[in-house]
Amino acid sequence: MPWMTRGIREGIVTSRYPHRPDGYGPLFRATVSVSGGEDVARLDAPEAVAVAQLCPTGAIKTEGGIRVDRGLCVACGRCVAARPEMFSFDADFEVAALRRDLLVVSRHEEGQNDLAELREGLARRVRALRRSIHIRHIDCGSDGSEEWEIAALTNPFYDVQRLGIFFTASPRHADLLLVTGAGATGMLGALHRTFDAMPTPKLIIAIGSETASGGLLARSYATRGGIADDISVDVFVPGSPPSPFAILHGILLAIGLMPVRGSDATQAERSS
Amino acid sequence: MTMDGAAVEVRPELFATEVAGILGSTHRLAALFAMPQARCVRLVAVLAGQGRLMVIAATLAEGTTSYPSVTALVPGADWYEREIHDLYGIEAIGHPDLDPLVLPLSPGSIRPRPGSGDQVDRLVPDSAPLPALVSGEGMFTISYGPVRSGVFEAIEYVIETPGEDFPRIQTRPHYKHRGVEFGFVGRSVEDGVLLAERVEGVATIAHATAYCEAIERISGAEPPPAGQFVRVLHAELERIANHLDSTIRHTEAAGQAVAFARLTLHKERLMRLRAKLCGNRFGRCVVVPGGVCGAPLIEGVEILASVDHLERDIRADLKLLMATPSFLDRLRDTGILPPSILAVRGALGPLARGSGIEEDVRRSRPYGGYRNLGFSSASGVEGDALARQLVRNDEIWGSFHLIRQALDELDHLAGVAWSAPMRTVATGTLSGEAFGWAEAPQGEVLYLVRVEDGVLTRVKQRSASFHNLALFTAAFPKDITTDFAFIEASFGLSIAGAAG
Repeated sequence: MPWMTRGIREGIVTSRYPHRPDGYGPLFRATVSVSGGEDVARLDAPEAVAVAQLCPTGAIKTEGGIRVDRGLCVACGRCVAARPEMFSFDADFEVAALRRDLLVVSRHEEGQNDLAELREGLARRVRALRRSIHIRHIDCGSDGSEEWEIAALTNPFYDVQRLGIFFTASPRHADLLLVTGAGATGMLGALHRTFDAMPTPKLIIAIGSETASGGLLARSYATRGGIADDISVDVFVPGSPPSPFAILHGILLAIGLMPVRGSDATQAERSS
Repeated sequence: MTMDGAAVEVRPELFATEVAGILGSTHRLAALFAMPQARCVRLVAVLAGQGRLMVIAATLAEGTTSYPSVTALVPGADWYEREIHDLYGIEAIGHPDLDPLVLPLSPGSIRPRPGSGDQVDRLVPDSAPLPALVSGEGMFTISYGPVRSGVFEAIEYVIETPGEDFPRIQTRPHYKHRGVEFGFVGRSVEDGVLLAERVEGVATIAHATAYCEAIERISGAEPPPAGQFVRVLHAELERIANHLDSTIRHTEAAGQAVAFARLTLHKERLMRLRAKLCGNRFGRCVVVPGGVCGAPLIEGVEILASVDHLERDIRADLKLLMATPSFLDRLRDTGILPPSILAVRGALGPLARGSGIEEDVRRSRPYGGYRNLGFSSASGVEGDALARQLVRNDEIWGSFHLIRQALDELDHLAGVAWSAPMRTVATGTLSGEAFGWAEAPQGEVLYLVRVEDGVLTRVKQRSASFHNLALFTAAFPKDITTDFAFIEASFGLSIAGAAG
């Protein structure tokens, strides 16, 4: 009995995200963005090499302007510390992308003409899942922190059940597979068997930069440098590890419940 | 002889007896691993005791791929010799069970040999060398994992059972082996810390600290006092988060829905506080060689207010939880680990302390800020999951106490504006070899780092999870299937740290 009053006394702590903005405040280092001015694109060759070498995972690309590959970025902040005029931490956690190459960001929004098509294609596939989606997780060589952040989604702050999102023990019930880890070769068989055991329609989300690229373990004899070479990924959530909000954004993006930026309509409403 | 002196060098055939001769009531086997040299391999046994580390080493001549096993005399060497066999192909003759542990490969396969300078392409694991399943009348096996119900790290437990008891469990962490030891080689000292943080992500601070302690021993660039206290602040927040996580898994297994919700709420608030301190929920990129990357991003008074609030809430709910019979019934007498086994195996962390073995390197070999801070160590007697839970509860209060002391010291040193140096930058190019350690929430983390001209040529990381997971099969003396989740949660280990 005393437990009951404990919960009630706390009041409501649950986030209203995605219907209202939420986050950890401006100091949270969700991701690295390119913030430099116009001159940055015109770096001479030696300086471009120096800038690229700031990054321990090779996430900084310099051909045709400065870009950051968030699929490789582990948010160590070396570039932000060394070249604050070029790079900055960004508290915006809505960084999930529907394709690996869309994790490479520059200062300017790049042409994403085919993105609407991509989103609509995905929306058609998952139409039946929108009101209730069951999630299964599989670890393919994570460092253990991603599991904490996924598990956090069921705590009272995020309470993803309010959005019709549930975790399931069996792949037989699962619509969506959350994959973590650098693609440990020992788990690839289990990954395929788990995915094969799921009913269609089904989706795969790669959780974390390591799952997109291998991150700091990309060149190991024991990993595949992420999972994308082995299985078709629908959504990439970069981060090392991504925060629960970033993971939630990725899930909502996958099932078409994420409002399209600059518009009030969700893609679900637009496609119906 | 000690960590700052030379190692005791012995011939390989005397290695086991020398190690066994030193062990006893004063020393425990902390680690055993291979250090590749120019043309041969050196086996290194690390013994901890009397406030020091001691090294006994044996060099295998070029071309030699076997030596007499240590495990026969020192049971705690079991997993270490299996790991050496997996990674280097070196065979411990007389080992009772040299089955693959972290990397199953076909016989004759190339081995990664981290630190040898070998270039190794992708190695494909082969399940054929894993032991065929058992043995004994009426016995059958249940394979649990590597994909299990719930959001867990990948591991397989092969349970050998006549029906309800678990006389033997084979623990197979190899599925998520990532080759982290190999990943360190060739990196710069600065980049190495990023990988150390990811050896065991839930113990980011402890691993980064142990790695940096080793680097600082080589460079001589000790962190300034303020930097050391900032490390303590983050390390103790990490400890509270991990102990809460273990408790959360207990409440989930016991079906205590409200307690589960309450504790996950506190853990989330704690993770958000950690994010406010440094921009990252796990304290990534805080610890750097020579200190910390910078001062906390918020003021000391704000940290203190949040810490007070957290402690009040956690105390209230843990007090109620520890008075909830339907919870305690599941932990009491569950997974009893007798101190005799733990002492022989040199068990670490809350697992050992729950059985009355008070090994905590914050006290036995104090490092960094802990040299100037006081705390009482937690200890239990019963050795069951409940004793481990009580130890973790006490350690949470101990951590809050340490955090307040660290904040107090920082207030004296740095004031509200955090205006004290946080990092000592080493000059010149580093070369050398040294140990570093830290008390992670799971127990002692040990690193041996070798640097040549600023480049890492060998890093051996030994997480407490690797050392303690070897004891998992011993924790089921009279336990049944439904105790499994509690025993696993009461170990509180990370598979990433164990699989390497």
